[in-house]
Amino acid sequence: MTFKSIGKSKPRYNGLDHVTGQAQYVDDIFIPGTLAVKALRSPVHKGIIRKLDTSRAEKFPGVKGVITAADVPCNTYGYLTLDQAVLADKAVRYMGEPIAAVAADNLEAANEALDLITLEIEQETPVFDPLEAMKPDAPKVRPEGNVLMVGNRPYRLVFNGDIEKGFAQADEIIENTFFFPSQEHAPIETQVSLAVPEKDSRLTIYTVTQGMYFLLRQLQRILGQGDDLTNRWSERMQYASRGHLGFCDIKYVGGNVGGAFGGKTELHADAIAALMALKTGRPCKWRWTREEEMLYSARHSPWRMTFKDGVTKDGRIVARKVFSIHDAGAYTGLSSYVVDKHAFYVAGPYYLPNVEVKCAVVYTNKVPTGAIRGFGVTPGTYACEIQMNMIAEKLRIDPWEIRFINAIRNGDQLATRTKLESVYLIETMQKLAEALNHPIDKKYASLTSAPREA
Amino acid sequence: MKKRGKGLAVAFYPTGMGGGGDFTNAIVKIKPDGTADLIIGTVELGQGACTVLPQMAAEILGIEYEQVKFINDNTDSCPICFGSFASRVTYFAGNAVIKAATNARQKLFEIAAPDLGAAPEDLEAVDGTIRVKNSPEKALPIGQVATKGLYEKHEFVVGTGSFGRPRSFPDPETGACDPLATLAWASVQIEVEVDTETGVVTVIDSRSVYDVGKAINPEMAKLQVEGGAIMGMSWATLENLYPFYPSPKFQPRSLGQYMIATTMDIPHIETTMVECPSPVGPWGAKGIGEMTANPPSPAVVNAVHDAIGVWITDIPITPEKVLRALEEKEKAGN
Repeated sequence: MTFKSIGKSKPRYNGLDHVTGQAQYVDDIFIPGTLAVKALRSPVHKGIIRKLDTSRAEKFPGVKGVITAADVPCNTYGYLTLDQAVLADKAVRYMGEPIAAVAADNLEAANEALDLITLEIEQETPVFDPLEAMKPDAPKVRPEGNVLMVGNRPYRLVFNGDIEKGFAQADEIIENTFFFPSQEHAPIETQVSLAVPEKDSRLTIYTVTQGMYFLLRQLQRILGQGDDLTNRWSERMQYASRGHLGFCDIKYVGGNVGGAFGGKTELHADAIAALMALKTGRPCKWRWTREEEMLYSARHSPWRMTFKDGVTKDGRIVARKVFSIHDAGAYTGLSSYVVDKHAFYVAGPYYLPNVEVKCAVVYTNKVPTGAIRGFGVTPGTYACEIQMNMIAEKLRIDPWEIRFINAIRNGDQLATRTKLESVYLIETMQKLAEALNHPIDKKYASLTSAPREA
Repeated sequence: MKKRGKGLAVAFYPTGMGGGGDFTNAIVKIKPDGTADLIIGTVELGQGACTVLPQMAAEILGIEYEQVKFINDNTDSCPICFGSFASRVTYFAGNAVIKAATNARQKLFEIAAPDLGAAPEDLEAVDGTIRVKNSPEKALPIGQVATKGLYEKHEFVVGTGSFGRPRSFPDPETGACDPLATLAWASVQIEVEVDTETGVVTVIDSRSVYDVGKAINPEMAKLQVEGGAIMGMSWATLENLYPFYPSPKFQPRSLGQYMIATTMDIPHIETTMVECPSPVGPWGAKGIGEMTANPPSPAVVNAVHDAIGVWITDIPITPEKVLRALEEKEKAGN
């Protein structure tokens, strides 16, 4: 079949606008009368707010509005667990957590007014290390405990086969622990949101989101606009906010983003800008500084993963046991989703007759973590692929061969018992060997992803 | 001394949200001049949705890519897309676009059928015309068909399409579920140079093979791989928000304090695309947006081990970690 467009390297749509600086981002939009927003963030890692007095800030020249938790119609949000406050009203759980916000005629006035807010916090002992946080006597990040319960277990469990039987067949046990650190998405465009009150009580949000409908629903709930039908649908799907099904009074404007990499799937600036616009009746813009972006935007979570593999002398993995700890930071965010995705794939693209994966979400008093490119699978691929080379070294087998021996094929199952089709791992390795002129043994050169014989 | 090493890593990556439940809707509107609007709530992050989705609409409608407008800027008029994440757009939004464009094309067939003296099912959309299959001389320009629909038949030529996957929850006891739409595959080899005096690791070469099912836009697919390779090697050698993890002290506050790869750090990169079609993907396409950042970091770790014989299993591989590891290795050797 011949194609006219498919499979053709057409020039990027609007590419010229980007390279000539004509593409429009949120910060390019100027609406007369727009107020500048700044937030008062928690100066401590953990504590209880004992006093919050904004009266002096409210009277400061140029200030048009100050909001605190009392101004938020529904002050709990989250993707899957509604555990986060837009503005903290009592407990603060990480340094940088927003407590109040000011809107003023200009940034200078907003910044000065922030200094006039009286804030007294009774500090509590924070916990930063997930291994410490998992101990029973650790300071509690959250009242429910520091480990997210998945059903009645403190971890997500995914297994296939019989792990103990697998280890019994092994000639060697190879166990290693891997650490994957936290990274910033580092987009050129920082978090920014411009909220504009419109006629008919509508609100337009110019924003940087990667998923306009993904956030619309969350914001709708915060502003007290969620309708019963969408709420019930979301509950049934066990997603607090996956998508929006109803009509609403919020219009998101976006669609063109200055770098995201996962970092623009959170509400970030939207909710406070929107609340401020409703409070003042004026357009309100909250643009995060680079420092705020670096310190307080959702980041890649740190992961600690232990692989315990039972292998035979000829290089087959007969048992693989993985235990992962996901350092979520102070709130759940997307963590319960990310550990699931991690658990499904961490064991790697290999034929594993006996596999057991346990992944725990642990809360610490750090900035909440969020989505990033490769979401949960990235640390899994990292740990698994180093482990494969470690197995190869221990068994004195070539790193290419250890992968050919164990490569997953059509008809094989993942740890989730999903039977796979359109598998092409062996073929990509063969092509890579060819591209590199890397010699591979005949028996691997003729291997295919065809289903293995029973 | 400068030592070189090579490291291999392979990867797979699911297309779409883990556990499904996500969907995208699309609208394709045919205008009286024969061009089309693709209206969809899919966000463009630089990944190329605004290019590949119009390519798909153009292919189905038999018009030029340049004749499709991409309209995606607001939630009042653009239909629901869950979002640009989970490597889902080419596959999910792509399938929604195919359905919407096919739906619009069917309306064109129905309007044109009487004038062409053929049944709608005997028509095809090729080269900007609606024509009778196997009789290319019996053809009408798409603009003429759409105009006739608009002014004479009062037929608004607009097609809609929706595509998604059902939600699959993991079994609470076993974790069993059907979490993915399709999987993409890759193999990567990275070559590094390690300076044993300074501890600096330099990535000098990245070779990879990616299975994309079908490269809708091969050049842009290749650029995705290159971007991912740079991000992955940057994670492996430079980036860390908690330099004294788990302590939150000394977090970088600016791009000046946060080490991240720049254009000066980009190694030689060569990419080969292979195509093992997904049965449901648009023309077989799979999502590779995210996965391209995954295999580089373990490949760098494996390459450093190949070069100097030490395992550094807590990236980033800073010069300090390299020198400490070499020191320990020497001690152990004595």
